[in-house]
Amino acid sequence: MLGYALRRIAGIVPVLLILLTVSFFVIRLAPGGPFASARALSARTRAELRARYGLDRPLPVQYAAYLRALAHGDLGRSYSLRDEPVAALIGAGLPVSAELGAAALVLGVLSGIALGIGAVLRRGGLIDRALAPLAAVTLALPSFVTGPLLALVFGLWLRWLPVAGWQPDTPRDLVLPAITLALPLAASIARLTRAGLLETLSASYIRTARARGLGRARVLWHHALRPALVPVVSYLGPAATYLVTGSLVVETVFELPGTGRYLVMGAIDRDYTLVMGMVLVYGTLTLLANLGADLLHAWLDPRVRHEPE
Amino acid sequence: MSSIPASAEAHGASGEATALLALKSLSVRFAGVPVVDAVSLAVHPGECLGVVGESGAGKSLTFLAALGLAPPSARVSGEARFGATELIGRSERTLDALRGRRIGVVFQDPMGALTPHLRIGTQLTEPIRRHTGLSARAARARALELLEQVRLGEPARCLQQYPYELSGGMRQRVLLAIALSCDPQLVILDEPTTALDVTIQAQILALLAHIKRERGIGLVLVTHDFAALAGLADRVAVMRNGRVIETGSAAQVFHAPREPYTRELLAAAREPPGPAAAAAAADASGTGAPVLAVEDLAVHYRRRAPGLRRAAFVALEALNVALAPGESLAVVGESGCGKSTLTRAALRLIGVAHGRIAWLGRDVGTLPERRLRPLRRALQLIFQDPLASLDPHLTVERLVGEPLEVHHRALGAAARAERVAAMLERVGLDPALGARRPHELSGGQCQRVGIARAMMLAPRLLVCDEPLSALDVRAQRQIGALLDALRREQGMSVLLVSHDLNAVRRLCERVLVLYQGRMAELGPSEALLTRPLHPYTRALLEAVPVADPDVQPGRLGAVPLSERGPPAEPGGCVFRSRCPLASVRCAEEHPPWIEARAGHWVACHHWERGADGMLRA
Amino acid sequence: MPGSIRGCAMSRSDPRRRALLAALVLGALVLLALFGPAASPYSYRALDWRHLTAPPGFVAEHWLGTDALGRDLYVRTLSGLRLSLLIGLLATLVSVLIGVAWGAAAGWVGGRLDAGLMRVVDVLYALPYLFIVLILAALFGRGNIAVLLLAIGAVGWLTLARVVRAQTLSLKRQAFMEAARAGGLSGLQMLRRHVLPNLAGTVVVYATLMVPQMIVYESFLSFLGLGVEPPRASLGSLINAGARQMLSAPWLLLVPATVLVVLLLAFNILGDALRDVLDPRQR
Repeated sequence: MLGYALRRIAGIVPVLLILLTVSFFVIRLAPGGPFASARALSARTRAELRARYGLDRPLPVQYAAYLRALAHGDLGRSYSLRDEPVAALIGAGLPVSAELGAAALVLGVLSGIALGIGAVLRRGGLIDRALAPLAAVTLALPSFVTGPLLALVFGLWLRWLPVAGWQPDTPRDLVLPAITLALPLAASIARLTRAGLLETLSASYIRTARARGLGRARVLWHHALRPALVPVVSYLGPAATYLVTGSLVVETVFELPGTGRYLVMGAIDRDYTLVMGMVLVYGTLTLLANLGADLLHAWLDPRVRHEPE
Repeated sequence: MSSIPASAEAHGASGEATALLALKSLSVRFAGVPVVDAVSLAVHPGECLGVVGESGAGKSLTFLAALGLAPPSARVSGEARFGATELIGRSERTLDALRGRRIGVVFQDPMGALTPHLRIGTQLTEPIRRHTGLSARAARARALELLEQVRLGEPARCLQQYPYELSGGMRQRVLLAIALSCDPQLVILDEPTTALDVTIQAQILALLAHIKRERGIGLVLVTHDFAALAGLADRVAVMRNGRVIETGSAAQVFHAPREPYTRELLAAAREPPGPAAAAAAADASGTGAPVLAVEDLAVHYRRRAPGLRRAAFVALEALNVALAPGESLAVVGESGCGKSTLTRAALRLIGVAHGRIAWLGRDVGTLPERRLRPLRRALQLIFQDPLASLDPHLTVERLVGEPLEVHHRALGAAARAERVAAMLERVGLDPALGARRPHELSGGQCQRVGIARAMMLAPRLLVCDEPLSALDVRAQRQIGALLDALRREQGMSVLLVSHDLNAVRRLCERVLVLYQGRMAELGPSEALLTRPLHPYTRALLEAVPVADPDVQPGRLGAVPLSERGPPAEPGGCVFRSRCPLASVRCAEEHPPWIEARAGHWVACHHWERGADGMLRA
Repeated sequence: MPGSIRGCAMSRSDPRRRALLAALVLGALVLLALFGPAASPYSYRALDWRHLTAPPGFVAEHWLGTDALGRDLYVRTLSGLRLSLLIGLLATLVSVLIGVAWGAAAGWVGGRLDAGLMRVVDVLYALPYLFIVLILAALFGRGNIAVLLLAIGAVGWLTLARVVRAQTLSLKRQAFMEAARAGGLSGLQMLRRHVLPNLAGTVVVYATLMVPQMIVYESFLSFLGLGVEPPRASLGSLINAGARQMLSAPWLLLVPATVLVVLLLAFNILGDALRDVLDPRQR
């Protein structure tokens, strides 16, 4: 298991490197460049600025310099945001984004699994019957629709929760954004849990377990739940990708000071270092999250561990 | 039904009182349709009740329903008493106190019946700890003891393993150990030997006989195979379409069956020895060259073994065989012996490591696929799983007509339809079925479609890979007869892969026995199946259960053997780890392939010892 | 055998009826998108200075009200719907073409090609692909629908490629493929006669489920201001604009959001129902 984990972690590095390399060149291929939009600058100032950030050198040289700096943990400085170090910008925003992501993940996974199990425990009960239509509606609602709607209902009409903005140490600010982000996650996981459990419960080994007189609880928790959660766990990879992307929307909708806004901003302003920093952070996050999901999968299903790659 | 008084008769008035499990007009309905219809049966202490019937007869469901294990959509009515306790309609909690403790169950499909992510040890100690309250250590000791009782080698190691690491036979033994773990009064076995190799099957049956003798508990043996009941069952119930149509003592049902249906099932299980198959007259156009010949053929697979690096696995080695026009040859052996690989390699459907392959006297070993295609029409293939061999989205008519579309493009649609209809009729299918799709047909019908498709191009050789094993007993007989008739009519050759030695004797003139990818014995079926030379062939023959309660007990009396041995070390005879005659020489040199009798070849150093006297009449 | 009986007892409602219902709703939406705007005297860009931010029903001709610039919300929503549908369908087409070709090639040829092609998919799959699309859209294609389309379409094919490959591989292992080969069919004949027809059902189902995804992606980009440029509107840009004034003029959010949700639901229900119809075994 440990060997498997180490092999998988080592596999991330080349992927990340490819991602960084491709991004590095693609953003520089785009029309326009940094400072191009700032009309007020004279040609000389512009050239000076370009020289200062090393943008006048040939691309391969720039690339080598970027990698060298990166190896020392230096992400460079932002062109557009008052010369701030990109690492500092990310350091300030990431806790907010991470808190939002983690809250949504926990909320989505726990409520999803609970709902799925609840539906199976009482076949034809309230949860079971309501789950399918509710999940369908939830999944059809993109976060940029649910976000404003939730804000409208709970923030503006009912005035239960703050609508937007962020003050440190006030978890209430996080409730609506986290729910917005967690809703589709919970719906997908509830569906997968329900389907997975129903399928496992009809497996022949469950019948064997019941024929041993092990009792309903033991059969469900010990024999059925683990294999039933395999589809849920394989979904966690795409779910992680969803969370990373979804947090961007939710941060925009609720005006949270996370890192999400830097991406679009950086890309529009051709702030190369900022975009690269974002690619690095979110790329690493998604890859790690996908890896975590795979490791969980290996733990759930002993057969996976033995498969080389 | 007439069955109810019959069962009451057999046990008189006291029958109900002493019964371990008594079912009284038990019915199971799905959406109003009865699948089990008013079944009344009883099992008594120390008695083995055999329940036999074709698939869909409701025999398994009867007992699942009695134990509260029927699917949730099933509506169960009637009575099922275990001792004084009524089981139908009782809570899960009440049933859990009986299941696993007083009633053990072994289900069909040993592959799926164990929880994949839990170690054998956990699954075996679970019921012990729950029902007897033993400590973890005591339960483990008990588990080891049980695994020894079911004759599993290395029980301590087995406790640490996951189900996927065990072979089918080993899993079946584990399931049996679980069922026996709390000293139940009754064990219900649902097709315990189906899907196992004939040698393993014999071992499991012997083990069951042993347990029955030692423990004196009640057994219910549910099976489709009359032969599996012989010698084990004291009473037999025959089920058909959800009803018990005949019950009686084993002797009575086996020797004097009342129902025609029972007689039919028995006849299918008990093939009269009769004359072995004779060569079909080869058609005049035959060149005399072998239809198919392979020389020194070898196939290696690259296999991923758990925890190991990729290793080459020898599927076939040093294979030499030729099929004359009109001849029928059977290939037999346990699963994994390379029989199917042989057919695929001979038809050039998989790559070979080395060797020569000739079709109709022409060397095709090196021809590219493009040049093989026109030749393929002379060599056709039919499959084990008839449904899977038919493209699900095509109609029967298109399926059977496809070979014509591909190989006789000039043929018009009308002419094609005519020939398809004629062929459907020839294989015993109503041409009106032409518009159906495969999943709308029965297994036997699908196999007929497969045969029709293969026959469409009038092949010179028909390769049949276990064509009968997925079919019900009666469909097996019909399809076997059809194949035989077609062979004689067309004068074609047949290469039959089968584990059913009765079918082999009926359909083929020569038999090739494979063991671990190597030829063990080759000879005329009559001689090989009655006077085998190789100890392995003998083991196979002795393992075949006989549907006769007077003969079978002697065969079950043998001490149950352990599982199949590990693959032998290179060099020497591959069979030596299982061979009763193995000597030092067997470990040192590979036995030569010699013609021991006229046309009867064997690869064994000690074939002469085997041939003399060792075989019972 | 009990399994099959349980299967049919478990099915909730007849999938054919669900599919028909969803298809009817979709048909109505398409007709509205095509001909709805012509029914109103206004165009999507016409400004009506006399009626700024009028609620629905307040002015007779502005059936669903107007926005802050006095543009007719009914016309704007329906032309947004038209654009969203168009982009969704075209992006799906792009995805399906890439995905089927990629997946079928990997599955059919196998070996090194398969390993290589699927490695690419794996790597792309583990990336926050929408981020990359975002970057691309921000860099190259602000307001450029063709680029938008390609960018969105380039995202969706990954899942389809995986599904098609898996399906092709499992088809290849089926006994009926061996039967076809033994029957002397060439690779192309096998592909045409037995592989592609058996893939068709799966592809149709996935394509149906992909259209709403594509619409969401487009709306998402437009919502972030990277999609269509004003004065043109897509459902996403309308929702974005509506969200900004949701307290003062909630209809500006609710109308396009409702249309979007109905559209997405109809596609999802149709896709799910088609899956049930085409593959009764999976139920």
